[in-house]
Amino acid sequence: MIDIVIDITLLTFLAITAVAIVRITNLFAIIMLFGIFSFLSATMFVVMDAVDVAFTEAAVGAGISTVLMLATIALTKDQNEKQSVGRISWLPLAVVTLTGTALVYGTLDIPAFGDPEAPAQKHVAPYYIERSVPETGVPNIVTAVLASYRGFDTLGEVFVIFTAGIAVLLLIGDKRRKSTPGRNEGGENDA
Amino acid sequence: MTHNLILRLVSKTVIPLIIVFALYVQFHGDFGPGGGFQAGVILGSSIILYALVFGLDAAEKVFPSTILRLLASLGVLLYAGVGVVTLYLDGNYLEYTVLADTQIAGQHLGILLVELGVGIAVFAVMLIIFFAFAGRGRP
Amino acid sequence: MDFIIGHYNYWIAIFLMMAGFYTVISRGNLVKKIIGLNIFQVSVFLLYISMSTVKGGAPPIITKGIEIYSNPLPHVLILTAIVVGVATTALGLALVVRIKEAYGTIEEDEIHRQDHSL
Repeated sequence: MIDIVIDITLLTFLAITAVAIVRITNLFAIIMLFGIFSFLSATMFVVMDAVDVAFTEAAVGAGISTVLMLATIALTKDQNEKQSVGRISWLPLAVVTLTGTALVYGTLDIPAFGDPEAPAQKHVAPYYIERSVPETGVPNIVTAVLASYRGFDTLGEVFVIFTAGIAVLLLIGDKRRKSTPGRNEGGENDA
Repeated sequence: MTHNLILRLVSKTVIPLIIVFALYVQFHGDFGPGGGFQAGVILGSSIILYALVFGLDAAEKVFPSTILRLLASLGVLLYAGVGVVTLYLDGNYLEYTVLADTQIAGQHLGILLVELGVGIAVFAVMLIIFFAFAGRGRP
Repeated sequence: MDFIIGHYNYWIAIFLMMAGFYTVISRGNLVKKIIGLNIFQVSVFLLYISMSTVKGGAPPIITKGIEIYSNPLPHVLILTAIVVGVATTALGLALVVRIKEAYGTIEEDEIHRQDHSL
């Protein structure tokens, strides 16, 4: 019972924070609220037994992405969003309401939250839970699946992160070219 | 922020602890929550904290950009290289069982190496990204 | 009542998704658009993790004496998705910085006006 109360309270907080993020126009406040949003979702993941995910979300969402967003508004020097003179944009609202209604209609025949008989729990999950210790000797099933059973998947993810790093470096890593346009690039420079 | 005594003292004490915790998360990921992704991010944020408190130049002296680029490539290569080694040992790509005599030992070694590769790559990429953003604002 | 409790997670996930979607399509500020995308992303994470939960289950770390574990597979997928998500967010923010340097603004209307593209 207490699980359900915590669950519903945290989810409601998440919804309230999201509404606040949509409505506020000061970018600094939005970014701080987004940090809170990330922490709330990390807590939510702990409640739903996903400890590894919560760990990552707390470190990444509340740590790194907040710092990066703050760095961006420091670079763009735009503290405030230009408000389109206090009107609600009706067309986007209609689109969103329609899509949301369709999605809610789709949830009506999904198995209830936490149902042990749901199809998602019956497919490969029992295999991983039963076989991961005999086959890999690693008690943390998430690590076993991540690195061993789905090693290819993780390899691809690491390549995506690497590529994103290179792309950021290409986009904003080079300081020299901006200050002296026309000079040919190349050579080592500070990122 | 250079004159903020309390901030400097506290972060000087906390940064080594964060680094030790990141190493714990990295190498204890087989038994508890954790692994390469989390450890890389935590280690990266310890250096980011250092950069925020002691200045970007001091942090770039610790990890120069050339080293970071090498580290990012090294992490990805370590991961992919484990796969190539298993190919040489007559296994499939990323089939860790052939790395050691028994299946359990092979899997253990493989997972450890792969997670290490992930950790190094994530750490280096996070710092590359942060230094790129922070360096852009330098006059 | 049981039906509402059993589906509340999904509905909030949909609500968050729509909040993010609304931010992306109705706001002109590029940083705010990226934050909207991030909210959208977190809602998908919530949906996946909700699917993985088993009532009375434990975190998927094998311990003596525990029989029921939640589904580890969505955890793996979302764990990597979060880190990839921050890397791609950084890429988007880098593009915003470059746009600011090229156009002097991060408001979409202004950029369209300068390009005569709308």
